[in-house]
Amino acid sequence: MVENRPWLTFLAHAVLITGVAIVAFPLYVTFVASTLTAEQILTVPMPLLPGSHLMENYAQALSSGSTMGASAPVGRMMLNSLVMALAIAIGKIAISVIASFAIVYFRFPLRNFFFWMIFVTLMLPVEVRIIPTYQVVSDFGMVNSYMGLTIPLIASATATFLFRQFFLTIPEELAEASRIDGAGPMRFFFDVVLPLSKTTIAALFVIQFIYGWNQYLWPLLITTQENMYTTVIGIKRMIMTGDAATEWNLVMATAMLAMLPPALVVVLMQKWFVKGLVETEK
Amino acid sequence: MRFKHLTLVLAAAGLFSTGAHAQTEIQWWHSMTGALGDKLNELATGFNNSQKDYKVVPVYKGTYPESLTGAIAAFRAGNAPHILQVFEVGTATMMAAKGAIVPVAKVMNDAGEPFEPKSYLPSVAGYYTNTKGEMLSYPFNSSTVLFYVNKDMFKKAGLDPNKAPKTWKEVVAAADKLKASGQACVYTTGWPSWMHIENFSAWHNVPIGTRENGMAGLDTVYTINTPLHVKHISMLGEMAKKGTFTYAGRTNQAEAKFYSGECAMMSSSSGAQANIRRNAKFEWSVNFIPYHDDVKGAPQNSIIGGASLWVMGGKKPAEYKGVAKFFAYLSKPAVQMDWHTATGYVPITMQAYEVTRASGFYDKNPGADMAVKQLTNKAPTANSKGLRFGNFVQGREVIEEEMEAVFAGKKDAKTALDDANRRGNDILRKFEAANK
Amino acid sequence: MEKRVVFRSAWLPYALVAPQIVITVLFFFWPAVQAIWYSFQVQDAFGLKTEFVGLRNFSELFHDSHYLDSFRITAFFSSIVAAAGIAISLLLATFADRVVRGALAYKTLLIWPYAVAPAIAGALWAFLFAPSVGILSYFLRKTGYHWDWVLNGDQAMFLVIVAAVWKQISYNFLFFLAGLQSIPKSLIEAAAIDGAGPARRFWTIVFPLLSPTTFFLLVVNIVYAFFDTFGVIDSITQGGPAGATQILVYKVYYDGVKAADLGGSSAQSVVLMAIVIALTVVQFRFVERKVNY
Repeated sequence: MVENRPWLTFLAHAVLITGVAIVAFPLYVTFVASTLTAEQILTVPMPLLPGSHLMENYAQALSSGSTMGASAPVGRMMLNSLVMALAIAIGKIAISVIASFAIVYFRFPLRNFFFWMIFVTLMLPVEVRIIPTYQVVSDFGMVNSYMGLTIPLIASATATFLFRQFFLTIPEELAEASRIDGAGPMRFFFDVVLPLSKTTIAALFVIQFIYGWNQYLWPLLITTQENMYTTVIGIKRMIMTGDAATEWNLVMATAMLAMLPPALVVVLMQKWFVKGLVETEK
Repeated sequence: MRFKHLTLVLAAAGLFSTGAHAQTEIQWWHSMTGALGDKLNELATGFNNSQKDYKVVPVYKGTYPESLTGAIAAFRAGNAPHILQVFEVGTATMMAAKGAIVPVAKVMNDAGEPFEPKSYLPSVAGYYTNTKGEMLSYPFNSSTVLFYVNKDMFKKAGLDPNKAPKTWKEVVAAADKLKASGQACVYTTGWPSWMHIENFSAWHNVPIGTRENGMAGLDTVYTINTPLHVKHISMLGEMAKKGTFTYAGRTNQAEAKFYSGECAMMSSSSGAQANIRRNAKFEWSVNFIPYHDDVKGAPQNSIIGGASLWVMGGKKPAEYKGVAKFFAYLSKPAVQMDWHTATGYVPITMQAYEVTRASGFYDKNPGADMAVKQLTNKAPTANSKGLRFGNFVQGREVIEEEMEAVFAGKKDAKTALDDANRRGNDILRKFEAANK
Repeated sequence: MEKRVVFRSAWLPYALVAPQIVITVLFFFWPAVQAIWYSFQVQDAFGLKTEFVGLRNFSELFHDSHYLDSFRITAFFSSIVAAAGIAISLLLATFADRVVRGALAYKTLLIWPYAVAPAIAGALWAFLFAPSVGILSYFLRKTGYHWDWVLNGDQAMFLVIVAAVWKQISYNFLFFLAGLQSIPKSLIEAAAIDGAGPARRFWTIVFPLLSPTTFFLLVVNIVYAFFDTFGVIDSITQGGPAGATQILVYKVYYDGVKAADLGGSSAQSVVLMAIVIALTVVQFRFVERKVNY
């Protein structure tokens, strides 16, 4: 903000508050619903102020899942989600940063071909190729394992694309200086590029962590034991399809719990996050 | 001293022997969520505790379509489950997959398990039986469509709350009166195709398609654009225009409209009773679905919805023995009664129905037996045994799309049903080509 | 875009791209080729009987007027979702960058929805807009507006657009915010001293400098609108009413996962893939020229 224009500041706050209201409203409803009983939720209109059942709903969600006890305890599911999220985030960043470095900073035959090859992975939704992908994973004997859960999801075009955008903005002088110093490409990578990328990496970590945490269809298909299930599967399983009644209050409570780790990651990494993408455009 | 020593040794041997005795594991993939899933787990546990040789392991694999996709992928990769729960609209797909499934009748007979096809309710088992009388899959969770009435609203409109409309003429008359008394929503329905095309046809003893509704051959053709069907859908379209029919969506969204007190009459699954009982703050009744009294043979019997258990191919004989034993366990009247009374799904044998009746359950829960009564209203004919159309997931969607056009006033009933028929037949031909 | 200073090595670049390429080939290309191969076949769900039919699946698609309608619906849906998503988040990011008080609170609250799993977000929106018990439906009815998205195609389209855009706002907001904060304050100050007002400063300095971010988000948002929105549609309208919200990818998902029609689903995904690749190539060729690195 350069000069002081009160009406503009006022406008800014107004817009932001409206934005927050719209964007955060569904989450607020989720929170309120998690403090009511199932019957209260189904009254029309649903009360918009938090109710009094917060403790009992969350206690039930944590201990047994639904009123008669789900097979996979929430703790185990959160562990599975955590493993998936971390493995995917770290794996993706690792292979994308070096691939992107090669594509931007080297001249070699097939360079553009490789970039497009990686990029095209965004163009075919996983649901279409899920059956052949399952077959490949099964042939490798990776069904029902953490490896099978995570490795197929690691080839990410988004990360490579983002790193490419970032690397293109790194001033030429830095690379030149490195060359003049007689440093090889890998020295340049570790001493210059990687430190500069710290914040982009933090940003990607948040995004990929959430991506891994929120996986539903792939873990559902690839695991055959319920103790390998992720938190999202646990939640969807509480939402009744067909005839019987969904216990919405417990569903919402579990959803709130499931949102905590990613939300925590977002908030904590926020400083790094925003700073990280700052350096993306020099 | 020595006696104690011996006892210890024997005890240890006993422990080891139970450990060394390998249990044959039977994988059961299902799609039951929440409390239903818990009840299902109870069934498996009950079986596991009743014997030592087999262990049924139930695994929740997502919704019916997700679970089926998973099973298809697993089968192609060589690691399918033993038992798979498949929704009724997937019956044709499963049946046509001759190498992928083993008919239940064969499984039971090969294992020498007692299996009396005649003891199953004809309209329940008939859906999953082929034209030779061989039962292909095990009818596990079935429901049918019923007609619910808000008695308080009837009283308010000057109608007799204890006389629910029996014919569609009566429904229209009641609807008009309810509308005149200021009711905003008068009649709504869940599962529009299941109620107003599929069950409609069965209830009036007319076919939905040729070749015994597809059961006798892949070359079946839809016949849902007859004058009777057009008349019925036209009637609904007229009601929609007048405001006496409120369309609520393709699944069970109508149920919330009923138990919240918004709509006075509703047709939906028999499984809605549990929800209604829990949430309705008014007097209500559950009844047979209405019929057109100028159609000879109506009312016939209704057909089921829900899912059944299929046995997948490629497993070892010892494992199939376990599956057969499990199905025999599930058919025990006590187990059937437990499942039926806890979930609201219909009991699948006459014996189970009788046992439940003798226990006084229906006296304490009036309406809980309405589903069975409607299903057994008359002995099923070729038109009312059920249906078996290929790719019916897509077929039903086409029918619902065309119905939506009528209810929104965009198409007249005849055009819509002609289009539904034509588009449905295209889908059937594709299935036929793929499975010849 | 090219770097002027590059390295040369016979083997190093290949070693660096190898992990990603290997995984991509094994777990994307190999299955994708098979999936595409399905589009030339007619087979039963379990793959027990397969028959090669060449382009028959494709010709059946293009003879179906409902499928052709989906093109129009998808174009409309995707362009609005991408445009609205980018515009709204840019607006929010610009203002969030400007305020000092409460900045952290605003940022946290606007980023949080990104943490909601798509599978759950869909259920949430269906719950909020459920015809009877949904609280938003209730408010709309109170305003007297005849809100019936179950039968009114335009309202249904509006609803799914809102749900799809909502999810993306957080994602775009994050990237825009970061991009804004990287613009050197000195540039802005200099322009202010020269007498340029806030609007002028935005369009002549800020927006061009944001272009790498905007380009990235444009590509990503269009891909998202084309490919990742079927979950939203599945949980709310299922393509209804009467096909009004039947976008291309929804039918792909529906036919593949729900109806087990692998041939039809693969044929549609081939078509969809071709469209998006063409769109992306166009973006890289023409739009990227305008990006300032």
